[in-house]
Amino acid sequence: MKTISEIQQEIIEEFNIFSDWTQRYEYIIELGKSLTLINKKYKIDNYLISGCQSKVWLNAELVGNKIIYTADSDAIITKGIIAILLRVFSNQHPSNIIDANTDFIDVLGLKEHLSPTRANGLSSMIKQIKMYAIAFRTKLA
Amino acid sequence: MINIQKIRADFPILNQKINGKELIYFDNAATSQTPQIVIDKISNYYLGYNSNIHRGVHFLSQKATEAYENARKTIQLHFNASRPYEIIFTSGATHSINIIALGYTKILKKGDEIIISEMEHHSNIVPWQMLCERTGAILKIAPINEDGVLVLDKFKSMCSKKTKLVVITHVSNALGTVNPIESILSISHSFNAKVIIDGAQAAPHFKIDFQALDIDYYVASSHKLYGPTGVGMLYGKERLLNELSLYHGGGEMIHQVTFKKTTYAELPHKFEPGTPNIAGVIGFGEAINYTNSIGLNNINSYEKELMEYATKELDKIKDLKIYGKAKDKTAIISFNIGKLHPYDLGAILDKFGIAVRTGHHCAQPIIDYYKIPGTIRVSFSFYNTKEEIDIMVDSLIRATKMLQ
Ligand SMILES: Cc1ncc(COP(=O)(O)O)c(C=O)c1O
Repeated sequence: MKTISEIQQEIIEEFNIFSDWTQRYEYIIELGKSLTLINKKYKIDNYLISGCQSKVWLNAELVGNKIIYTADSDAIITKGIIAILLRVFSNQHPSNIIDANTDFIDVLGLKEHLSPTRANGLSSMIKQIKMYAIAFRTKLA
Repeated sequence: MINIQKIRADFPILNQKINGKELIYFDNAATSQTPQIVIDKISNYYLGYNSNIHRGVHFLSQKATEAYENARKTIQLHFNASRPYEIIFTSGATHSINIIALGYTKILKKGDEIIISEMEHHSNIVPWQMLCERTGAILKIAPINEDGVLVLDKFKSMCSKKTKLVVITHVSNALGTVNPIESILSISHSFNAKVIIDGAQAAPHFKIDFQALDIDYYVASSHKLYGPTGVGMLYGKERLLNELSLYHGGGEMIHQVTFKKTTYAELPHKFEPGTPNIAGVIGFGEAINYTNSIGLNNINSYEKELMEYATKELDKIKDLKIYGKAKDKTAIISFNIGKLHPYDLGAILDKFGIAVRTGHHCAQPIIDYYKIPGTIRVSFSFYNTKEEIDIMVDSLIRATKMLQ
């Protein structure tokens, strides 16, 4: 089982082969298209994290002592970044999720997408991911 | 005539690279750029005569007061208001609208009606909803049609003796539609209703004559008018402004203060309590002078040319749909390409160094009307060029390929 920082390092290395932003974006768009679909029953307002630009739906479930996140968005670039975030955070123990940071996103050259001014739902999504982790850790304790 | 090389040289900010590409600034409806002469005016204020106005007997204060009041005169003459004190300086269009809405708190009664259009900016919706909550007045929405044009007959049939205020944007920030304010004013006035016109998107693009049009209230923001941020104006007819109740207290607005009772100063000072944005107001006045040195008619005809060219070129992109097909439009084009999300296209255009706005443009009711997640909005100014439009169209085609 890889740790969060190992996965982050892995993603950084994958991105290193891209020589410019178009390749990075094409890759993110591909990730967005192949993101595992969130169960339809979670694509409702209760699971919606509203950004005013693009929408994000997020669900979290505790399986054993790990959290499985699923998510979706109506914008494809947002979805691609969701795929990266889920790869990092999903299927991890709540404590590790709480302690993890998202600095690796800067290294990938995607920082602007997590800025609250983009209002695309991603910065709120990260907060929500952590909130779930805090809630589930309490449950496990 | 517009000498584009000369004009672009007036705007130093345009000469820079974003993500390695020449900046193309097509977000003028959100905030326009500021010419050097306005920047100089502001820095000269701080370099030479920064001091408080209307209070000091000393030289700097006199000079600052004079420059501040000159800006008011410049703006009065520009819009042909009958008196300088009918121009109130505010922090922007939003602030101006709130002054009026708060001012009607004691005037409106339960059951009175306020009509606003379906194409208003949130700044011109929320203050009226709040006024309705305070007074029990009823908010009515005048509808638009598929072209993004106000349905004038419907509007007319909504007017009655109960209509006290009609609130309308001169130009829609989301669609570019120019509203027929002459007709709206004459219909509203025939019911004795007062009309509040949001000119945030109109004032930068064409000449407006307050007296000739018999305008009751008009608001605008300096930062969309080639001036600095954080300044705006509220115009009201003298008689109307004097009926509004005051909402903010402080220095500068008073005639006499004792702990028993305070008597208020005259217009315009009673609406400008505290130390205003002096440098901003002086810069705002200079921006109006700059605009007049180019000529709003020249600006308008050049921007029309850009608009027609851009509409024609954008229309060549497969599946591109333009929202807002009014005959009379300013330099704003809102569109989507097929089912692509505006956020995705905007994010990629940014990488190409092109600044556009995506989303609901703070006018969510319009976006809901079209049942879309938002649009891409390009908005032009007289310093933009056809070459920039060509680059944008190419970039959009490339972005579309990446996203499909
Ligand atoms: C039509 C319209 N009204 C009001 C406003 C609000 O202006 P400000 O934010 O400068 O107060 C805007 C700004 O986007 C606008 O476009």
